[in-house]
Amino acid sequence: MELALIIEKFILITVVFALSLVVAMYSTLAERKIAAFLQDRVGPNRAGPGGMFQPLADGAKMFFKEEIIPEQASKFLFIAGPSLAILTACTGSAVIPWGDAIAVAGRIVDLQVTDINVGILYIFGVVSLGVYGVMIGGWASNNKFSLMGAIRAASQNISYEIPMGLSIIALLLVTNTLSLKEITAQQHGWHWNVLYQPLGFLLFMICSFAETNRTPFDLPECETELVGGYHTEYSSMKLGFYLFAEYINMFISSAVMATLYFGGYNYPGMDWVNNLLGPLWGPLIGVAVLFLKIFVFIFFFMWVRWTVPRFRYDQLMNLGWKVLIPLAIANIVITGIWITISDKL
Amino acid sequence: MMVVERKNRMKSLTNKKKVLEQKPMNFWERLYLPAIFQGMAITFMHMFKKKETIFYPEVKREFSENWRGMHSLKRDEQGRERCTACGLCALACPAEAITMIAAERKKEEEHLYREEKYASVYEINMLRCIFCGLCEEACPKEAIYLDGNIVESDYLRQDFIYGKNKLVEAPFKA
Repeated sequence: MELALIIEKFILITVVFALSLVVAMYSTLAERKIAAFLQDRVGPNRAGPGGMFQPLADGAKMFFKEEIIPEQASKFLFIAGPSLAILTACTGSAVIPWGDAIAVAGRIVDLQVTDINVGILYIFGVVSLGVYGVMIGGWASNNKFSLMGAIRAASQNISYEIPMGLSIIALLLVTNTLSLKEITAQQHGWHWNVLYQPLGFLLFMICSFAETNRTPFDLPECETELVGGYHTEYSSMKLGFYLFAEYINMFISSAVMATLYFGGYNYPGMDWVNNLLGPLWGPLIGVAVLFLKIFVFIFFFMWVRWTVPRFRYDQLMNLGWKVLIPLAIANIVITGIWITISDKL
Repeated sequence: MMVVERKNRMKSLTNKKKVLEQKPMNFWERLYLPAIFQGMAITFMHMFKKKETIFYPEVKREFSENWRGMHSLKRDEQGRERCTACGLCALACPAEAITMIAAERKKEEEHLYREEKYASVYEINMLRCIFCGLCEEACPKEAIYLDGNIVESDYLRQDFIYGKNKLVEAPFKA
């Protein structure tokens, strides 16, 4: 492997990593601001202009808090839990194509850390690892409330991974590939997959709400009912990691949704813009468009959080197993029939 | 059954009673999605409504007329303390927040205290006080009123025991 490629990938990884951390950091502020706006308040506005430095203050607070590890807790697993949560949250971004290839200094640079041909499977693998962070943390705390929260989280995540996978299968029938790069390239212009798979997108979105433990599916940590769910015993930055992992997950799943269903970096009229701006700035506009889509999704996540009340646990399971899974299977069948008919004609 | 019969016999006196029928939900209602979108539209509209926030330290909300805040020990027209240390406020206080030590006025202190007996020490424990206002009702000399501001926060419990230095009204300026 040539040195330039390594440097190029290194820079890309650093940028993507830093970006996802910054986006997650400012999502915490955005969440509080949007919550405030939706409730006729103004939100945090003291730290910096308009509350700009609030995330820094929150982060500093988390670092300086006293760190408590319960005496009966398994110390290694107690630390491994949040580490795993944040690790899995960060690794998901590796296969997302952030933009079209750009030409810099005579080189064609792919704006994707790695284009493995099973990109979607990779994301699924990483997402399902996220459950371990929650489960290990809840188990290692040696506290029944933590354990119960962890079990709720685990059963919820496992239940909702099934309809999520099934809704992806219908998408794969349309795209004929697992590579995220090819899936995005197929959605050139306005040929977004959501137009072909509206039901699949709806299912995928509902499941990603459940996977990221967001309202209305935030039962694992519902602040108003449980003592705090799986992170009851956590304090200081380990708690911060759990909370932060949720925001990174939200960013990554927004990116995945935008890539799979909303065309990624594609937008109507992109050919015209690319011809106008050339091979460097054209694709960068695409990157901006992708981030715009991601931010819209993140806003949507928060908007839903402050609108829809939390599900009861049995309702959650009913929705997952009795509604979403049959719908996802029906979606596969309909898609299959539709593809067969349109191929024959 | 008995309950039902009694209900039937009970006649509505106002004719305002409405019997709500709960129909089984139709297909669209059972989808829940239309209702969710309706709710989301409502919350979205709230983004553009007037904010209700009062920016507290800079902007203060007006107190109501019968607001009871921090106590103040009043002076009379000549600037003498009104309190005569009768102890009725301490007796009336349901939270046992008030204590005082009485002292006899000396000849040269007549410009300081109105009555012959005065409170040399007068303490209110602001952590005990429930701001009920019974002390101002009990006072025969109109010496104590809860007309002050919000009691400020502090770090130590002992700092919440307010003595005369904090309670007595500032003397009039000539």
